[in-house]
Amino acid sequence: MALIEARGLVKTYAQGDAAMRALDDVSIDVNPGELMLLVGPSGSGKTTLLSIIGCILSPSSGSLRVLGEEVTRLRARDLPAIRRERIGFVFQAFNLFPTLTTLQNVALALDLKGVAGRQARDRAAALLDDVGLGGKLESYPADLSGGQKQRVAIARALAGDPPIILADEPTAALDSQSGRAVMILLQRLARERGRAIAIVTHDNRMLGYADRTVRMEDGRIVSDVTERKTDTTTGAAA
Amino acid sequence: MDLRISELAWRNLVHDKVRLLVTVTGVVFAVVLIVVELGLFLGFTTTTSSLIDRSNADLWIAAARVPYIEMGVPFSERKLPTVLATPGVARATKTIVRFSQWQRHDGRQESVQVIGFDPDQPLGGPWSVVEGRAADLKLADNVIVDELYKTKLGVSRVGETFEIRGHRARVAGFTRGIRSFTTSPYVFTSFKTAQDFATVAEDQTVFILVKAANGQDVGELRSRLLSRLKDVDVLTTAEFSGKTRFYWMFTTGAGVAVLLAALLGLVVGVVVVAQTIYATTMDHLAEYGTLKAMGATNGYLYRVIIQQAVISAIAGYALAMAVSVFVVRASAKGGAAVLLPLPMAVGMLGLTIVMCTGAALVSINKVTRLDPATVFKG
Repeated sequence: MALIEARGLVKTYAQGDAAMRALDDVSIDVNPGELMLLVGPSGSGKTTLLSIIGCILSPSSGSLRVLGEEVTRLRARDLPAIRRERIGFVFQAFNLFPTLTTLQNVALALDLKGVAGRQARDRAAALLDDVGLGGKLESYPADLSGGQKQRVAIARALAGDPPIILADEPTAALDSQSGRAVMILLQRLARERGRAIAIVTHDNRMLGYADRTVRMEDGRIVSDVTERKTDTTTGAAA
Repeated sequence: MDLRISELAWRNLVHDKVRLLVTVTGVVFAVVLIVVELGLFLGFTTTTSSLIDRSNADLWIAAARVPYIEMGVPFSERKLPTVLATPGVARATKTIVRFSQWQRHDGRQESVQVIGFDPDQPLGGPWSVVEGRAADLKLADNVIVDELYKTKLGVSRVGETFEIRGHRARVAGFTRGIRSFTTSPYVFTSFKTAQDFATVAEDQTVFILVKAANGQDVGELRSRLLSRLKDVDVLTTAEFSGKTRFYWMFTTGAGVAVLLAALLGLVVGVVVVAQTIYATTMDHLAEYGTLKAMGATNGYLYRVIIQQAVISAIAGYALAMAVSVFVVRASAKGGAAVLLPLPMAVGMLGLTIVMCTGAALVSINKVTRLDPATVFKG
């Protein structure tokens, strides 16, 4: 079963008297164990689609099911719980809290989910260890390289053990070596842990890491190419 | 869970130490201004009615329609026997409160308020006597004044003699901390001497102070006295004190001015704190957007902002109280008393927290309207 099932998504923005269609009848599934890249030129609707499937933005029309639950009918105040429990986010600019240590940055995400104290600290430390930053628990973001910051952001996204990870240009601010390291980490999360990962990127160097590449133009999906088959039931490579 | 919110709030605050300093300074300024103004108001009101409140009397009998203590009008002292004969009266004594003129050794005249009472009665006399004794006023011409007014009256020691309206006045002692709201110092003396100092006729008095017998209901006694006396008002000590306070604080506008200044302090405090907390919120707006995207509820973010406000409030309050205590102590030796009783200090903590959290509402409104999709806009 697809973790995200989008059908006929439309998003229009008012632009003066006219309406601009950012998404035009987009249907897409995101499957467990799959690392999917969303590519396309600027203004093609990639980020709008990512925001909608991340339950941050509401579509103008269409259907969106996250882990089988129709979310377009939910009230706005119910959406934070969907994001908190089911989706992890990784941002282009890392969006770490500069006043908190790496450990506290990850623990804060756990705190949002109601995990506090020693349990949160231990889990945050384990997650950071998992992304290769076990020795940087007390470092502040300002003391880390771009690649390290993005790995902290990935650890934070994994804090609530969400089945879906959405990333917006996660390698854009990184050098090629760091970018590759981040993509390998995300690939590992998809293949070994069965996460459904959707990444918006302009970075063509990352295409080789994708299981599937979806190209968008003018708010529509113009191609959807599967590079490597995954078992959509278990998330394992087929 | 709250521990992390506190930690985030604290770190957001201390991250920019200059801004924190500005915030706390704003709170300190506002709290000190409010405390000083309210303390002055309290000091003024206490001062205006201190003679009444400290009289040890239950009832005050005054000429009809006397609005406040300084406006007492002489009436016949022949009402005193009637008062004393009324059932339920334990004691009653004549008292004079009248303005007069004190002549210093250098010839300068100073306005004073002569308080004439019966030194044999425990009603209407001075309190906080630090040199000499109230009983010394049994001797003719003896007076007791407050230490605060030594310079104003040109007094340096006990035993010195001056003139009040042409009559000899010998300083027999000093009190401590008995201020006069009218700037005319109180001069305590015997009733008999006061009649000379304040030109009150032989058979006249200005007030009659009444002490009710043990177990006697004061309200009932008041009614009983009113039924027996004509052309006078019989007021409970609380009523007369209230009338006097109301007159000086509100009819003259003095109290309103002080209260308005306190309100101004509150407004200044809210504006300063609102600005700095808003600026701090704007600094961390991207982080709040990230938290929202990660699934934080508005309530979670409100708690972060409110805790920042509460931390600022407590830090500002602590420093402001230190400054206020210094001001209060300094004022004890000056002409205007600033009072800071414990209930007011505790109340100020509540007011400071309300002020700061109220100031945080602007920031809360900003965060409420923050679109979490901003996190995907680079």
